[in-house]
Amino acid sequence: MAALRGFLRAQRLGRRAVSSLHRFQSTLVIAEHANEALTPITLNTITAAKRLGGEVSCLVAGTNCEKVAQELSKVQGVSKVLFAQHDAYKGLLAEELTPLILETQKQFSFTHICAGATAFGKNLLPRVAAKLDVAPVSDIIEIKSPDTFVRTIYAGNALCTVKCDEKIKVLSVRGTSFEAAPVSEGSAAIEKISAPAPVGQSEWMEQKLTKSDRPELTSAKVVVSGGRGLKSGDNFKLLYDLADQLHAAVGASRAAVDAGFVPNDMQVGQTGKIVAPELYIAVGISGAIQHLAGMKDSKTIVAINKDPEAPIFQVADYGIVADLFKVVPELTAALKK
Amino acid sequence: MAAAGLRAMVGVKRVIDYAVKVRVKPDNSGVVTDGVKHSMNPFCEIAVEEAVRLKEKKLVSEIIAVSCGPQQCQETIRTALAMGADRGVHVEIPAKDYESLTPFQVSKILAALAKKESVNLLLLGKQAIDDDCNQTGQMTAAFLDWPQGTFASEVNLDGDWLKVEREIDGGLETVRLKLPAVVTADLRLNEPRYATLPNIMKAKKKKMEMVKPSDLGVDLTPRVKTLSVEDPPQRKAGVKVETVEDLVAKLKEIGRI
Repeated sequence: MAALRGFLRAQRLGRRAVSSLHRFQSTLVIAEHANEALTPITLNTITAAKRLGGEVSCLVAGTNCEKVAQELSKVQGVSKVLFAQHDAYKGLLAEELTPLILETQKQFSFTHICAGATAFGKNLLPRVAAKLDVAPVSDIIEIKSPDTFVRTIYAGNALCTVKCDEKIKVLSVRGTSFEAAPVSEGSAAIEKISAPAPVGQSEWMEQKLTKSDRPELTSAKVVVSGGRGLKSGDNFKLLYDLADQLHAAVGASRAAVDAGFVPNDMQVGQTGKIVAPELYIAVGISGAIQHLAGMKDSKTIVAINKDPEAPIFQVADYGIVADLFKVVPELTAALKK
Repeated sequence: MAAAGLRAMVGVKRVIDYAVKVRVKPDNSGVVTDGVKHSMNPFCEIAVEEAVRLKEKKLVSEIIAVSCGPQQCQETIRTALAMGADRGVHVEIPAKDYESLTPFQVSKILAALAKKESVNLLLLGKQAIDDDCNQTGQMTAAFLDWPQGTFASEVNLDGDWLKVEREIDGGLETVRLKLPAVVTADLRLNEPRYATLPNIMKAKKKKMEMVKPSDLGVDLTPRVKTLSVEDPPQRKAGVKVETVEDLVAKLKEIGRI
């Protein structure tokens, strides 16, 4: 009888321990990195994770990522860095990373799993969510509470507030909507975790990256973008010269990409990158809905366009109706002074 | 596998036309869809085009076009049939359930259909331009335990493997996927064809099957609830400047340069 009572008591205590665990939030941030360097959006994602309340852990997986783990352990607000190194993580394939994340989840029972809404995060997180049998929430721009988020729909033309009742919330975070967490004063413990057996149904082969000395588009303070009005790829040199004076990144509209003036990864818009720099200079860009989706949260927008009816002027803080081939060199010269 | 040709399934979604400026409903429950022009999601068109091109190269033997939603989705399926898909499957979702339908349920439906039809290549668009989720392909691949080639800008068959060039943030990367696989199309994958009138007429005779989610064992209970839909903050009207000097002066004044 006493034994039975003891057993029931233990069971009750156990239940209480479980329910109190559920009250605490704990978030896993999947770190994005390449070539031993942390991708900056991970720091924005950590800020979002901190806003959820509770402990923030980071998972670093790769073939050679000890340096990234070290760097993350110094980020303010990170309490634990989980670190998995294996050749199977070459190219950070979703098929290989998903089992590792599931294993980690089984061990630590996070309430939230998130990553930056980049090509990496968008590729990986929905696969993880499906395996956890939960519906994910993409590209959140605001956290109202641990289960209520704001995201944009219809190319940024509506804000949608959603409540996610899932037991585990899987979220991708819009980098430009959250500050970067400072890389200082942190002192997270690095814990090595073992990698599950490779899946082997996919294989990373090669990468062709666009080389550039300019700042990275999504985190640049100033962005100069060109559209169809540039007329040719060679004319983009005008924008590179202007960008050099401003230490700006160079972006493009879909028209400029489709016409082959510049590579795809420079595209700003609904289907390209989302930027929110302090200054966005749109040159020869009409301002289609899909382009505005990618830049209308910029602090100051300048439009240079010869068509006074171009929709870009409806969102521009400063507009100049003139030929870009005259204005851009003048602007570059004026900035040199 | 390649000799017999792949069996391809393409998911297509009916969305508000990309050129329409959407309006938020006054009660903040969603956007106005009644009486608004709808068409096939642009990324789905690219997925259909790719499937048709693979069939023209004799790498694909049959193309099944699928859409989940209300009655009007059948027009979207007809468009896919007119572009070259062989037959359609309409997964009927009552209007009430359709409002809260998310990629989670659609992926379960697609995964069940892919198994039922024993397809070995599932092509989807990388995202729908209404919910902008970018989830369905990845989730379907997960439910099927198939590899995924997302944001594809080039697809090539390589024996029992599929070589996919993907658009990533810094440029492009190539991966190899063991078939069966899921591929989601990026804008640069191809230029979709226009359906010609004779093909539109022929498409009317192609078979379209009606299926219910319950037939596939998929539960439509909403998992993520929309609390409100609002207009984004409006930007204040700006000013036009006459000269480059004025522009530079203004930007200096506010500390942007």
